[in-house]
This record gives sequence, C-alpha cells and structure tokens, in this order.
Amino acid sequence: MTLLGHRAPFTAQIGMTIVALFLFTALFGPWFAPYGESQSIGDTWQTPSGQMWLGADQIGRDMLTRLIYGARTTIGIAAATTIVSAFIGITFGFTAAVLGGWVDTVLSRLVDVILSIPPLILALIVLGVFGSSIPVLVLTIAVVDSPKVFRLARALGMNIVVLDFVEVARMRGEGLWWVIRSEVLPNAVAPLISEFGLRFCFNFLFVAALSFLGVGVQPPYADWGGMVRENASAINFGLLAPLYPACAIAALTVGVNLVVDWLLSIDARPSGAQAEM
Amino acid sequence: MSEELVLTLEGLEVETIYGAKLVDHVNVTLKRGEILGLIGESGAGKSTIGLASMAYARAGCKITGGAIKINGVELRASTAAARRNFRGKSIAYIAQSAAASFNPAMKLMDQVCEAPVLHGVMSRADAEKYAKTLFAKLQLPNPETFGDRYPHEVSGGQLQRAMAAMAMSCRPDIIVLDEPTTALDVTTQIEVLALLRDLIREYGTAGLYITHDLAVVAQIAHRIMVLRYGKMVEVGDAKQILETPRTTYATALVNERRSATHTPLIDPPDHAEPLLSVTDVEAGYQPGTTVVRGINIKLARGETLAVVGESGSGKSSLARVVAGLLPRRSGDVKLAGQSLAPVMGARPRDTLRRLQMVHQMPDTALNPRQTLQEIIGRPMQLFFGKSDSQVKAQVAELLTQVGLAADFAKRRPGQLSGGQKQRVCIARALAAEPDLIICDEPTSALDPLVAEEVLKLLRKLQEDLGLAYMFITHDLGTVRRIAHRTAVMLRGEIIAQGPTAQIFSPPFHPYTEKLISSVPEMDTTWLDHVLKDRPAA
Repeated sequence: MTLLGHRAPFTAQIGMTIVALFLFTALFGPWFAPYGESQSIGDTWQTPSGQMWLGADQIGRDMLTRLIYGARTTIGIAAATTIVSAFIGITFGFTAAVLGGWVDTVLSRLVDVILSIPPLILALIVLGVFGSSIPVLVLTIAVVDSPKVFRLARALGMNIVVLDFVEVARMRGEGLWWVIRSEVLPNAVAPLISEFGLRFCFNFLFVAALSFLGVGVQPPYADWGGMVRENASAINFGLLAPLYPACAIAALTVGVNLVVDWLLSIDARPSGAQAEM
Repeated sequence: MSEELVLTLEGLEVETIYGAKLVDHVNVTLKRGEILGLIGESGAGKSTIGLASMAYARAGCKITGGAIKINGVELRASTAAARRNFRGKSIAYIAQSAAASFNPAMKLMDQVCEAPVLHGVMSRADAEKYAKTLFAKLQLPNPETFGDRYPHEVSGGQLQRAMAAMAMSCRPDIIVLDEPTTALDVTTQIEVLALLRDLIREYGTAGLYITHDLAVVAQIAHRIMVLRYGKMVEVGDAKQILETPRTTYATALVNERRSATHTPLIDPPDHAEPLLSVTDVEAGYQPGTTVVRGINIKLARGETLAVVGESGSGKSSLARVVAGLLPRRSGDVKLAGQSLAPVMGARPRDTLRRLQMVHQMPDTALNPRQTLQEIIGRPMQLFFGKSDSQVKAQVAELLTQVGLAADFAKRRPGQLSGGQKQRVCIARALAAEPDLIICDEPTSALDPLVAEEVLKLLRKLQEDLGLAYMFITHDLGTVRRIAHRTAVMLRGEIIAQGPTAQIFSPPFHPYTEKLISSVPEMDTTWLDHVLKDRPAA
C-alpha cells in the first residue's frame, strides 16, 4: 500500500490490518455474531467454552457477541463524533485564518474558553443536564473536541492564506467559502487527515471513558467502555471478563495510532535520505 | 597565484536518491589563490558542485562518483569525522541567504568564533580578536562591538559580510561563495563584491564563485566554467568566455546579458487620457508610519510604467495601494476616470476584473492543487459567467497565446518549470480581460534566458491587446527593455519620473546615477572603475 508515493512501513501495515478488521466487525458484525445483542444464554461470568468462546458477562450474555455489537456502537459513535468535530473545527479554523482581524480574535478567544474547561467535566455536566442519548453524546463530544481541530486548522490556514494564490483569489473578489474550499482546504488535506485519525482515537477513548462512568452509551446496547464497567468486579474473582473489552479498546487505539504515525511522517519528512551531519 | 592545487574534483557525479543525475562528470581544479566562477541557470548543478567540493550532498542527494581532493587528501575515502575536520577549517562556505543561515538566537561573535574554537585553530580570545580584524576589513560599522549584535539587528548587506567573516575565521584555503550578492540590492551588491574580492586576494584564498550573473563573475573570477543540466559546457579564462565564447549556449548567455545593457530604448506612445492616475497618495502599514507618500503617477493605455528602486523603497507597497491590498490614507487613485475605493473589498467586481496582478514568485502564485484549466478558467466563470465548453476552448486559446501547448490545461503547477508557471500567471491575468496588469517583479525569480522570453511575451501581448503595465522591478536592464516611462523611488517617494530614455540619460538625479552605475557590466575591469569614480561609502 502506498500513499502519495510513500510505501507503508511494516508497523503501518499492522495498524491498517487491525483497523480493517475492526471496521469489518463494526459494519458486518450482526451477520456473524453467534447470539443476539442482549440475549442472556449462560450463567454470570461463565468461563469460556465451545458455545461461548470468551465466556459470559455479568448477566450471562455471550461476551464475544457483546464485543462484536460493541464495535458497532463504540466505533460508530467515535467516527460520527470525529466527523462532526472536524467539520466544526475546520470550518471555523479556516474562517478565522482567512478573515483574520476581529473574527479571528473572537473565535480564538471563544475556543480558549472551551479549552479552559476540563473536557470530561464539561461532558459530564452537559450529559447530566440533557440526559444521555446517542445524538446528545455525539454532539457533546464533538463540541468538546472541536477546539483542538480549530487550533490546527487555523494554524495550517494561516500558512496558506499568506501565499500569493490566495491573494490572487481575493483580488478576484472570491467569497469566503470559495477561498476555504478551493484554495485553502486542498492544500491542508494531508495534515488534516492524520489529525482526523488521531482525534478519532481520543474520541473513541472518550466515549469509552464516558460509558465507563455510566453517562455514555446506555444499556442494553453493548459498548466497550460500558462493558469494562459492568464486568469490573469480576476481576476480584480472578476472572478475565473485563479484560476482553479493555483489550479491544487498546488494540484499536494502537492500530489507529500506527497508521496515523505513518501519515504524519509523510508530511513531516523531507523527501529524501537524511543528510550527513 | 601559485601552481599548487588546493582543490580537485575529478569526474564528480551527484545523483538524487531516486537516480536523477544532478552533476554529470564534472572536473574542477583550483590553484592556490585562484577564483573559478561557476555560471549557469537554476538546475545547472552549480550549488551542488559547491557543496560537493566539501564532500557534502544535500538531503535527498548523494555523491555517486568521482574524487574530491583538498590539498591532496581524498575526502570521499575519508571517514565522516575526517571530512568534518576539513569543513570550515580548510574549506568554507558562504550561502546566498545570510538571513536564513545565521542562528537568530546567537550573537554574531559567538557564531563567527564557533568554527576556529571547535577546530582548535585558535583560542576564543584570539578568534575574537581576529574576527574584529575581519569586521574592520569588511568595513562593518563599529568592528569592536559589531559582534555583540544579533543577526536581526544588522542589515542584509552587513549580515552577508558577517558571513564572509565567519567563513574566513579559520583562514581556509578554499572558500565556496554561493551567490553571495544575489539577494542584495545593486548598490549594496558592489560594496559587498568589492570587499569580498579584496579579502580573498589579501589572504590568497582560492574560491569557487557560484552565480547566474555573468557580469558579477566577470569582476572577481580568473576562470569561468559554464554549466548546464549538470554538465560542463565550457571552461576557460574569464576574458575569453566573456569576449569570445566558443559554445552556442555560452554565447546565448553572454548575448542576453549584453542586450540587457545595450538594447535601444522604446519611445513612449502619445497618451491623451490616462488609464491610471494616482494623485498625492500616502499610505502606511502601522499608524504613524508611512511607506509611500506624495505619489503622483499617470499611465496610459498600451503603455508600460516601470517603478524602480531598491528593496524598502516602497515600490511594492505602491503596487499594493493601487491594487487595494494596502488602503491609502489620502490622495486618489483613478482607473479610466473613476475613483477606486481604497480597500479592495469595497470595489465592484468589474473594477477588480480590470486590474490584474502578476506576482514575483510563480511558485506561490499558483494553487498547487488545481489544474491549469481550473486556474485560468476561474476568472472567466467568475467575471463573465461563461459555460464550461466556452471556458475550455478559451483556456486552450490563452495557453497558446502565452506560448504553452493547449494540452497543458490538464497539468498542475508542480509539473511546470518556473518560466512556464509565470506564463500561466500571465494567462490567468489575461483571462479577466483586464485594462491594467500590475507586474510585481515578474522576472526576478527566473533565469536570465527564461526572463527574456517572458518579457518578450509581455511586450507582444501589449502590442496585440493594448494592455497597460505597471512594472515593479529593481533590475534596470529589465526597465530598459520593457518600459516606456520610468519612476524611480527612494524611501517611499518618487524622486524622478519621465520617459525611460530621459531617465537613463544625463542630467541624472544623483540617486538614479548611483543605481545605473551599480549595475555590473560585462567587463573585467568594471568594478575597479566604479570604485575609483565613487567616493568611499
């Protein structure tokens, strides 16, 4: 696999394999999941067997089935969140960069305000007030997350708007939206894509964390963070139950990071070999 | 100059890591105290050879063949540590952009003394003493305290001289000068050039002088090597190359440079009503400071007005005032009798259309992600609302008009050379069917032969379409070739204005005379004459 003429290193290939596997599970999981999402078929924390490869959870549901359905919710919410957050962040970031002046000042200070509140606390308050449904969850995390995208997009945009071709577009009387979409965005795509991957990781962990705290995805829907919480006390009995969802969280995080590392290195690396120092 | 060889490059080959040849079998010999000029257009491999003479290749390149000997020691066979011991000590390098080559966080003295102390040539105290001697020889202000300043606290010309002091700090046998005066203004250029030459002569240092300007190299080099596409085209005595070049390429280079100084001037057309008139304009960036003041210019249809001056003279700012990028504080700018709003955003679309701009750097003036079709077609859609098929046909037409093949429309700027990119910028300006094109140093980033072609194109378009040009430049050779009328700017004011022929003939304004006399001529004795005529700065 190559991107912009760069061959993926071994680590990135591992990362892509992991991500692809998880994506496949998220998309087509219900087709091959052995049981229903909330179907109770065994005893509490039943140990793994031929029927239940990873055993059962705290109310006897098949752990593997729950993991497969959990991939759907967790990855789906994280992906939706990242898309919304990237949209908000990039739009406002580029607007600030292109217009500058007081627009930039107002937007930047607003972002500073959001950044000054610890994200988990802010999310807990909002979800506590509005109740936790999936749309509220997605929007909340997206708003909390977008300032970071804003910062990057604004910085990238600043470096592009000073180039002469943007000046030419302005002298032609092009509107804000055209400048953003046609002049700035295409030249910032590479770093934004890697940022997208990175933010996906953070959002995915954030969803898991909120679910672990009980304000994220609500039962009976399976999600990995919630599964760790529900099964947490099994660890007291020396059972592996909470470690399966925890491993899934860790594996996807590592996988996405391996890919993102590669994407980032493409952009940062001078084309060619290292100079002799 | 003795017969002892200090530097030999034999069959030097440098390639990129992807295998493209940058330098192909080049031989260089340098005797003690001799200066060899390396001449060529960009991409000729001049700088690559300069760096390779230190057995160094830029990131992405490697030296793949040949021998590099300094004082008889073969560097390619040596260890990296041994090579490092030569660099700075036996062979030193002066880069083109001093501003980009100094560490902004360190005082000049610390940077100048770094190499001799590191190489164990001198103690820090001796190095400082020697540095002050060098500062004095290079006529830097207050040589005793000059080293206490930071790079941003001195001017470009001074910084370039400080870099010369840094290069000489270990008393090297060889010095590589990579376009050391190219980034400087003409008037500063000759000072630096003369000082560099005297310093090198005094210490008997051998030098590789890299430049694209034949007239500059004529003042300093004993021998000249003409390079093209990484290959040697012609090597010979400086006088021989300048007067009787043997190869066609060298002849073309020499002739281009000669025509720059000898082209007959164009007569201005009669103009009844001016297209552009600027009256009493004043403008500045920060409140309380002005960059241009008391500006009055008139420009008729089919006419070119050159605005010349050194960097910082306000010529680009004036262009930005006319374009509405820098709002004027007072005065008036009229296009075809109509007053233009100070701010570009307040001008109606049709006014924006009539006034187009061609920038200095074609690399940054074109969006690398768009095809030429999109770049040139956009003004047609925006200003005239033309249909896709109309746009497509007209883009092809415009591409042909600026001397490019019609099938270039599918290409992106990255697939074009510098000269081709500038032609695309011109085509984009033409797409708006303008009355006036502001050309902000459109040829200064191009190689001389390419620049000549672009100027020809601009002249031809002017004849065909009756365009008016406001032509910003610091190059007087360009002015003589394109401008009907010239305005000379100094510190934000126009000090002389009139038909080009008149500006370039006596009686001169003293500053104009200084500018004219500072343009190097293709005569090996030119520098000595100028310095004799001019009181010491």
